[in-house]
Amino acid sequence: MACLKQRNMGLSDQIAQYLVSGLSTGAIYALIGIGFAIIYNGTEIINFAQGEMVMLGGMFTLFGLDVLKLPLPVAILMAVTLTTLSGVLFERLTIRPLKSPTPLSLVIITIGGSILIRGIAMLVGGKDTHAIPAFSGSDPLSIGSATILPQHLWIFALTVIAIVLNKLFFQYSITGKAMRACAANRRAAGLVGIDVRRMVLFSFAISAGLGSLAGIIVAPLTMTSYDVGVMLGLKGFCAAIIGGLSGGLGTVLGGLLLGVLESLGAGLISSGYKDAIAFIILLLILFIRPQGLFSRAQTERV
Amino acid sequence: MLKVKNINTYYGKVHALKNISLHLGEGEIVALIGANGAGKTTMLNTLSGVTPASSGSINFLGESITGLAPDRIVKNGVSQVPEGRQVFKGLTVADNLELGAYLRFCSRESKDAIRRDMGHIYELFPRLEERRKQMAGTLSGGEQQMLAIGRALMAKPKLLLLDEPSMGLAPLVVQEIFTVIERLRRDEGTTIMLVEQNAKAALKMADRGYVLETGKVILEGPAAELLENREVQRAYLGKDKKEIWER
Repeated sequence: MACLKQRNMGLSDQIAQYLVSGLSTGAIYALIGIGFAIIYNGTEIINFAQGEMVMLGGMFTLFGLDVLKLPLPVAILMAVTLTTLSGVLFERLTIRPLKSPTPLSLVIITIGGSILIRGIAMLVGGKDTHAIPAFSGSDPLSIGSATILPQHLWIFALTVIAIVLNKLFFQYSITGKAMRACAANRRAAGLVGIDVRRMVLFSFAISAGLGSLAGIIVAPLTMTSYDVGVMLGLKGFCAAIIGGLSGGLGTVLGGLLLGVLESLGAGLISSGYKDAIAFIILLLILFIRPQGLFSRAQTERV
Repeated sequence: MLKVKNINTYYGKVHALKNISLHLGEGEIVALIGANGAGKTTMLNTLSGVTPASSGSINFLGESITGLAPDRIVKNGVSQVPEGRQVFKGLTVADNLELGAYLRFCSRESKDAIRRDMGHIYELFPRLEERRKQMAGTLSGGEQQMLAIGRALMAKPKLLLLDEPSMGLAPLVVQEIFTVIERLRRDEGTTIMLVEQNAKAALKMADRGYVLETGKVILEGPAAELLENREVQRAYLGKDKKEIWER
C-alpha cells in the first residue's frame, strides 16, 4: 500500500513536470501560430515559410553572439530586426510581384521560399547544431514538486508580453484596425483608402518578428540549426488550426494545449510519439472541427 | 468636376461598360438609373478603381485619376458607399467610422478634427452614436447603411458615390437616408452620384440623370425631364403601358 502511494506521488510529480515543460513549448507554438493566423487573416495564405523565420531568429542571434561578439540582449534585438526585415523582403520578392495569384499558388510559393531560406542558412551557417546560452543561467528553481528552468520563465514572460502587445496593437492602433478591416472585407478596406498591399506587408513583418522571438527564446533549451524551422513551423501551424486561425486567444490556447498534450504523451507513453501526437491532433481537428476547437461555426477572424 | 470620357470596362470577357461618357458639376446630385446588370455598379467601381477601365479617361478636379488604385482615388477626394453596405462587421461602429478617416490619420491630421467630424456623423445619424460600441455586424440593415455612409463621409470626400442606398430597406428608413443625402448637398455642398433601382425616388432628388442599358448610356438629361419621359416611365418607374397610353 505504502509502495503504491509512493508511486502515485511520483506520478503526480512527473505530471507537474510535464505540464511545466509542455506549457513552455506550448507558448512557443502559440507565438508561431499567431504568425500563421495574422498572415492568413490578411491574405488567405498559409505561409509555410513561417517556420524559417523561427529558425532565422535563432541563427541571427547566434551570428550576433559568435561572429559579431555582441552582448546577448543586443544580439537578440538585432536578430528580431533582421528577421522582420527578412519577412518584409520575403513578401516583396515572392508575394508582391504576382499579378493575380490564387491562394493555392501562393501557398506553394511560400513552401518554395522556405526551402530556399533553409538552403541559404545551411550554406552560410553549416549543418551543425548550435547552442545559445540561457538568458540568465541554468540553475533550476523548484516550484512545488516540479523544477523549472529560468529559461522557462523567460519564455512565459516574453510570450505574454508579445501576445499582449500584439493584442493592443490590433485593438487600439489605427494601423492594427486597418489590418483587421482588410481581414474582414478587403474591397471595402480599399474603398475607405486603406492600402491593402501595405497591410499585407505589415502582416508579414509582424509574423516574422513574432516567429523570430519564438526561435530565440526556445533556442537555449533545444539548440538551433538550419532545419529547426520545419518542425517548429508545423507545430505552430497545428496551434493555429486548433485555434481556428484566430489571431488571438484561440491560437494561444491551441498552442498551450498542443504543448501540454505532446509533453504528457512523450512522458507517459513514449517520447517517440511526441511529433505524431501533434499531427494526429491536427488531422482530427481538420476532420471533425475545421473551424477550430474554440470558435463557433462562423466567427470573425483576427 | 468629374469628366468621364469613352470608358470601356470588362469583367473577364464581359464588356460591362461600352464607351460611356458622363460629367458631374460641383454640388450636383446625379442619378444613374437602369435595370439590373445595366452596368451601374460597374460604373461606380470603375470610378473608384476597383474594376479599372481598359480604355478611356477619368478626370477629377482637373487631374487624371484613370487607373489609380482605390486608396489613391479616395485620397483624391472620391469616396464610395458600396452596394450592400460592406461595413467591417467584426469591428465596432466607432472603429468603422475611424477607419473611414484612415487617410487623414496617415497624413497626421489633428485627432480633434477627426473627432469633431465623428461627432458630426453622430449628429446626422443619432442611432449610430447609441450603438457606437456595438459590433457593426449586429446592426440592422438600415443602421449598417447609415454606418457605411458615415464611414465614407469621414474621409471628407468632394464626390460621394452611393450604390443602392435603399436596397432592402424599409420605406421609412429609406426616407431617413434620402433626407440625409439631401441635407449633405444643401449644408455641405457635397457632390453626389447616386445609383438606384428605385428610379423614382432617385430622380426626384437628383438634378440630372443618366439612364444605362446593357452598358451604354441610352438617355441623359435633367431629372425632371427623365421623370416625364415615357420610355423611362415605362421601363423604370413601373408605370403601366396602358396608363401612359391613355394620357
